[in-house]
Amino acid sequence: MRNKNGFSNLYLVLVFAVLYAPIFYLMYYSFNSGGTMHEFEGFTLDYYREVIQDTRLIIIVINTLVIALLSSAIATLIAIVGALAIQRTRSRRAKNSLLSLNNVLIVSPDVIIGASFLILFTIVGIKLGFVSVLLSHVAFSVPIAVLMILPHLQDMSPTLTDAARDLGASRRDVLTKVILPIIKPGIFSGFFMALTYSLDDFAVTFFVTGNGYSTLSVEIYSRARQGVSLSINALSTMIFLFTILLVVGYYFLTLRKHRARIAEPVAEVGVPR
Amino acid sequence: MKQLVNTFLAILIAAFALMYLGAWMNSNEGYSGTNTLTIYNWGDYIEPELLKEFETETGITVIYQTFDSNEAMLTKVEQGGTTFDVVIPSDYAIAKMREEKLLLPLDHSKLPNLVNIDSRFMDLSFDPGNEYSVPYFWGTVGIIYNPEMTKGMTFDSWDSLWDSRLKNNILLVDGAREVMGMALNSLHYSVNDQNEAHLQAALTKLNKLSPNVKAIVGDEIKMLLANEEAAVGIVWSGDAAEIMDENDKLDYVVPQEGSNKWFDNMVIPRTAANVDGAHQFINFMLRPDVAAKNAEYVGYSTPNVPALKLLPAEVSEDTRFYPPASLTDRLEVYDNLGKRMLAHYNELFLKFKMNK
Amino acid sequence: MKNKGRSYYLIPYYLWIALFVIAPVLLIIYYSLFDLDGHLTIDNYINFFTPVYLKMTLNSFWYAFLITAFSLLIAYPAAYLLTRTKHKQLWLLLIILPTWINLLLKTYAFIGIFGKFGPVNNFFDLLGLGEQQILFTGFSFVFVSVYIFIPFMILPIYSALEELNLSLLDAARDLGASGWTTFRRVIFPLTISGVRSGCMAVFIPALSLFMITRLIAGSQVITLGTAIEQHFLVTQDWGMGSTVAVFLIAIMALFMILTGGSRKGVQK
Repeated sequence: MRNKNGFSNLYLVLVFAVLYAPIFYLMYYSFNSGGTMHEFEGFTLDYYREVIQDTRLIIIVINTLVIALLSSAIATLIAIVGALAIQRTRSRRAKNSLLSLNNVLIVSPDVIIGASFLILFTIVGIKLGFVSVLLSHVAFSVPIAVLMILPHLQDMSPTLTDAARDLGASRRDVLTKVILPIIKPGIFSGFFMALTYSLDDFAVTFFVTGNGYSTLSVEIYSRARQGVSLSINALSTMIFLFTILLVVGYYFLTLRKHRARIAEPVAEVGVPR
Repeated sequence: MKQLVNTFLAILIAAFALMYLGAWMNSNEGYSGTNTLTIYNWGDYIEPELLKEFETETGITVIYQTFDSNEAMLTKVEQGGTTFDVVIPSDYAIAKMREEKLLLPLDHSKLPNLVNIDSRFMDLSFDPGNEYSVPYFWGTVGIIYNPEMTKGMTFDSWDSLWDSRLKNNILLVDGAREVMGMALNSLHYSVNDQNEAHLQAALTKLNKLSPNVKAIVGDEIKMLLANEEAAVGIVWSGDAAEIMDENDKLDYVVPQEGSNKWFDNMVIPRTAANVDGAHQFINFMLRPDVAAKNAEYVGYSTPNVPALKLLPAEVSEDTRFYPPASLTDRLEVYDNLGKRMLAHYNELFLKFKMNK
Repeated sequence: MKNKGRSYYLIPYYLWIALFVIAPVLLIIYYSLFDLDGHLTIDNYINFFTPVYLKMTLNSFWYAFLITAFSLLIAYPAAYLLTRTKHKQLWLLLIILPTWINLLLKTYAFIGIFGKFGPVNNFFDLLGLGEQQILFTGFSFVFVSVYIFIPFMILPIYSALEELNLSLLDAARDLGASGWTTFRRVIFPLTISGVRSGCMAVFIPALSLFMITRLIAGSQVITLGTAIEQHFLVTQDWGMGSTVAVFLIAIMALFMILTGGSRKGVQK
């Protein structure tokens, strides 16, 4: 048993090592005075200074965060509804078609989504900028969130909702007291994956943005021809450390608070189950 | 349920707080004012201090927006929905924009500094008489090589790339015009050749290059060559300068059969909102001290003659990046081949890639 | 649940489908019917059935399959072990966290790591294996793709495993089932919905991967995603690009019907 434990720990350590390897690589070279991502010459904080002094870059980071948080939240709401809609559909054929429609945006390459959204927005007459970027991010984040929520709904025993209804619960109560708590882990997974999609998107944002509005991905990709400077590494390092601090700090804070109060702490921690 | 609602509210509050912060910073920087000028350019392709300098000199606030490829930029300008006052596309994109009537003619009387531009780089086929565009940076396409790894080979001719000693040691840039142009040049045809027999001959010749080609890559070619992943690369001179800046072992040469010379020019798109400011900006960028400072930051070759004199001699006298007229006269710009021919070039290039 | 017609809360989702799915798809189909000169034609569709595109389709499929298979193989045990750790939610979040760092930067890091003089080759040197060509191979392409998609696989599987009733496992053991039998007959079937949703979240986007085909595979791998990218951006042949996209969407729909169909008895 002991051996088995060691082995499984080793496996997880390996998975985490691979997941974080490129990030540590980036972070390491953000201190390189040599200016490149190979051959570490000497330690410097110049790139960090550069980032802090670059107001334009900081505004872009703020834009990116705003769009990511808002769009993921809205997309998750729509996705909850969407998953319910798919679940409610009786006939298998209708269900599959709905699911296929849901997945169109995942399978379409970003350029196509971006170009067609751009055409759409200019036809409707939406001014390109914050609103158009937000709408697009909501749009392409919905399907992945649906995919994360759906299995929880499908695994839910139908007798559960029936029982609740027999006991006289209103539709609203069934939704808020029975269904939502059960699919909560899916909702959180959906939100986090939507966040990933939003933070990573370059092509769609590029097409639908305008009037000086920019996000970090667009900025980084457009620097590729000139060569991405290490100040971007420095910026990523700061964002990464900040997020980790936030996540770990928040986790242990809530854990301690709840330990004092309830026996089952995990249920109330704001992370996916 | 309560937890879901709470989390959702927390996210909304965080987002709005950030939004407020962003708006505050924007207004502090003056980005939300009325007297603004939107510049659409490659990322990190201008000395940022110059933008500040321009702002204090004219009182105009500059909004700097970026693109990562000419084609993507074209789609944006074509589709509209947002205004750009100055755009910096490459030569063939300018020809296309001109054809599609996306550009405003420049008022040369508002650009007195235009006299600074070397006459070699004026009045080229993509914009006769410089009616719509003014050169920003220029360069060539050539071979960058690592003498340590190629052991005494010379690269004065494109044909040297076919040498079997370079097996699996060449990096190509992922561009149909560049790679096909290289093959056409090596056969002593023009980079703009449209003769089907010549094109097929070029493809046949390219397929023979396959064993030597290690990979066909994009902008990351700079990083790969600087890291010595391969001995030889076909690159734009601007990239070559950056690579050699990182790794001084490498050397760059433009083969004598001829090659391409390229330009990034400043233009004013038809949808511009601040045409006057756009002219002011272009004229500002043509000033010798400004152009010199910019060239120093970006590292590409400037077409500005007095600016060149302000640059250190080791830069301005480097014939690899500032070749004499005898060489530049042999180089050609890419003509606008029309959609059909361009598609054909790409098709041939795709065949070459799939053949690998 | 009986339909009482009070389903107005579904409106946002259907609105989303109409505006951001159906409208763009119609637009794509419309564009696919025009050639370069703007003439109405079905040439693009005929063109798709040439060896070049068929080979690309096959390529895309093969790699998407490989990527999905390896993701599953690595993600399932990882998800399983995660459910057994202390602070499991924290660990799960830490699995997602790397996806928030820009992909282009991570890809650059991989170029460095896999490079001739990168840490991996240094390690090989240490082992006396000598320098290996890792970049620009099918292996590195699959590796980086799996890297990108692995959180999308772990998350749904983890959720499914979390919901697993532990008493079922005890019951299975009490009935004398071996570890493997328990897994095969109890655990895996009960988490199949998570596995399916993970496979969808990986396989579908993997079909249209494009950027890393050039960065990591050095254009040795050419997929339908690359072709669309080229047509939209380089040749500006939106007709052909849209046609490839139409096929991509059709293939995805077919895949959905095939995998969705195997689910027995849609709940009543």
